Amino acid sequence: MILFKLALRNLVGAGTRTWLNVTVTSITFVLIIFMSGLYQGMFESNKRLMIETEIGGGTYWHPAYDPKDPFTLEDSHGVLPTEIAEQVIAGTGMPVLITQGSIYPEGRLRPVLIKGIPPEQQVVTLPTGILSTYAGEAIPVLIGAGMAKTTKLRVGDTFTARWRDARGTYDADEAEVVSIMNVENFQVDQGQIWVPLERLQRMLEMPDEATYVVVSRETSLLANPGGWNTMSVDALTEDFRRIMLTGQASMSIMYLIFLALAAMGIFNSQVLSIFRRRKEIGTLMALGMHRGRVIGLFTTEGGLHSLLALILAALYGGPFLLWTATRGIPLPIDYAEIGMLLDQRMVSVYPAGLFVGTTLLVTFIVTIVSYLPARKIAKMKPTEAISGRTN
Amino acid sequence: MDDNHIVEIRDLVKNYPVGGGHFTALRDVTTDLVVGEFTGLVGPSGSGKTTLLNIIGGLDAPTEGSVTVLDMPLGGKNHKELAHLRREGIGFIFQTFNLLPVYTVFENVEFPLLLIGMAADERKELVDQALEWVGLTDKVKSRPAQLSGGECQRVAIARAIVKKPKLIIADEPTANLDAKNSHNIMQILVHLNQELSTSFIFATHDEKVMGYLTRIIHLIDGRIDEDEHISEPEYRKGK
Ligand SMILES: Nc1ncnc2c1ncn2[C@@H]1O[C@H](COP(=O)(O)OP(=O)(O)OP(=O)(O)O)[C@@H](O)[C@H]1O
Ligand SMILES: [Mg+2]
Repeated sequence: MILFKLALRNLVGAGTRTWLNVTVTSITFVLIIFMSGLYQGMFESNKRLMIETEIGGGTYWHPAYDPKDPFTLEDSHGVLPTEIAEQVIAGTGMPVLITQGSIYPEGRLRPVLIKGIPPEQQVVTLPTGILSTYAGEAIPVLIGAGMAKTTKLRVGDTFTARWRDARGTYDADEAEVVSIMNVENFQVDQGQIWVPLERLQRMLEMPDEATYVVVSRETSLLANPGGWNTMSVDALTEDFRRIMLTGQASMSIMYLIFLALAAMGIFNSQVLSIFRRRKEIGTLMALGMHRGRVIGLFTTEGGLHSLLALILAALYGGPFLLWTATRGIPLPIDYAEIGMLLDQRMVSVYPAGLFVGTTLLVTFIVTIVSYLPARKIAKMKPTEAISGRTN
Repeated sequence: MDDNHIVEIRDLVKNYPVGGGHFTALRDVTTDLVVGEFTGLVGPSGSGKTTLLNIIGGLDAPTEGSVTVLDMPLGGKNHKELAHLRREGIGFIFQTFNLLPVYTVFENVEFPLLLIGMAADERKELVDQALEWVGLTDKVKSRPAQLSGGECQRVAIARAIVKKPKLIIADEPTANLDAKNSHNIMQILVHLNQELSTSFIFATHDEKVMGYLTRIIHLIDGRIDEDEHISEPEYRKGK
């Protein structure tokens, strides 16, 4: 306790140098927490977005379906196994049928995925209900805002859609945009058009068939029913989680640079202060402090940088982090266009472990760089130190 | 150890390693310091005054011989035990004052009491008393950089006496002061010596200091040349 008091006196008495080190350390501290929280927030908001608009409580894939390989699409459709069909009838499952096709807005060809979805579905938040209100002859189509931008399609525009049916015969029909939806998930937006499931089944001559089935969030997933592959939410978000982790790993290089900067500043101050304060160290020993205690005093003095940094970080970092965690940071770019899944405002998520972990890390490093130079004191002779002579 | 003795030195030799061999800074020193004595080590530069004070203070170890301070034989003691001896029983006054620069006058004087873990109200009382002795009650909040040399040395004296140690070791306490300040300092020390019967041991070549000493040990080339007891020191007359 007395060491703590003395160390604090010395540290505060040392002035500018202390505050410089404390500031850099506190910036490091806030930066690490902020960046980690941002990544965590990105992951969680992305996961939430995917759950709401795309994957619900998980999906069953047709055995041949592989979204990463478009060539599988031709074969990946089939009638639902009974267990899955029961969930669909109960309203907790939503079948989606996918085929490759092309559209010709303003006469220019664009390959697209045509996705059939039951308009009355309640499993994901896509506003599919609008598809059933269409009274015209054309195929009613729902598209995302990103798709609307790239194709310059507006509500009420008509265009030609072409596809191949079950027997491989090409067919074409007129389609009309009945609604444009604002979803930030590009996976349900870019390069695709949404049409009523039954209509698509008729167009393809694949009655009652689907490519995958999304179950609602409250429903528990069955294990590979009828040979279809069960994909859990975790499995479906795994790719994104990996991207985030890689991103965080490359961010940690930046943390390390800042941490090294803070550590070097404190290390330097310690070396300098032990050199400059030789006479003081000798005096402390003459006054009856033994070496271990003097080393303890100087280590505490250095280590206190982390405490002051923590307090400073709490002062300006606290409100800032709170703001990013509640209001979120507005993103200037429309990420839907560049194919990222992001909210318009990025809300950070700070798990308690992040604070504890960062505090421990910073305190540990600061204490080490404070202790290393202080060890030199043990080699000093009090008689020489008192007079300020060097070894 | 004789009850009356505060320091006992027997056959003390101190060698410093120099090059391949060694240099003998003290040889065959045998003497006792008696409680209440106001002793000075006097001798030419390099005669071993500082070396002897450092050994008595447990800051340096003898090569041969035995030294007992405040009933504690210093031989074979580790630096923790020696630090304890200094903390509890010895006050130091240095030629260059050696105040702690970031502390105020009050905090500097308080420091030895913090080290022995004294309670705050008790500390305050003793610090105020010590500052009164040296006449610095109006500078409590000043820092060393704001004080004159004489004032700094008075703070250092207050720091040395605040815990009322049995022994005060002072290495050339007046060497950096002018005549007026030197006398002022010495009078304060004499006063303490008389009031608290604190024992003092000085190293000095200052004639003014010698005028206050009750005993002068003359060192030449690390050897005691003469041990002089003075019944009526020049500047103490009439006291
Ligand atoms: N660490 C050391 N290593 C080698 N020699 C030393 C060391 N310390 C002191 N000496 C030598 O020991 C002798 C006595 O030194 P000391 O400092 O005790 O003298 P002093 O009487 O205090 O002199 P002064 O009046 O100049 O302060 C000197 O010759 C000095 O050079
Ligand atoms: Mg000397």
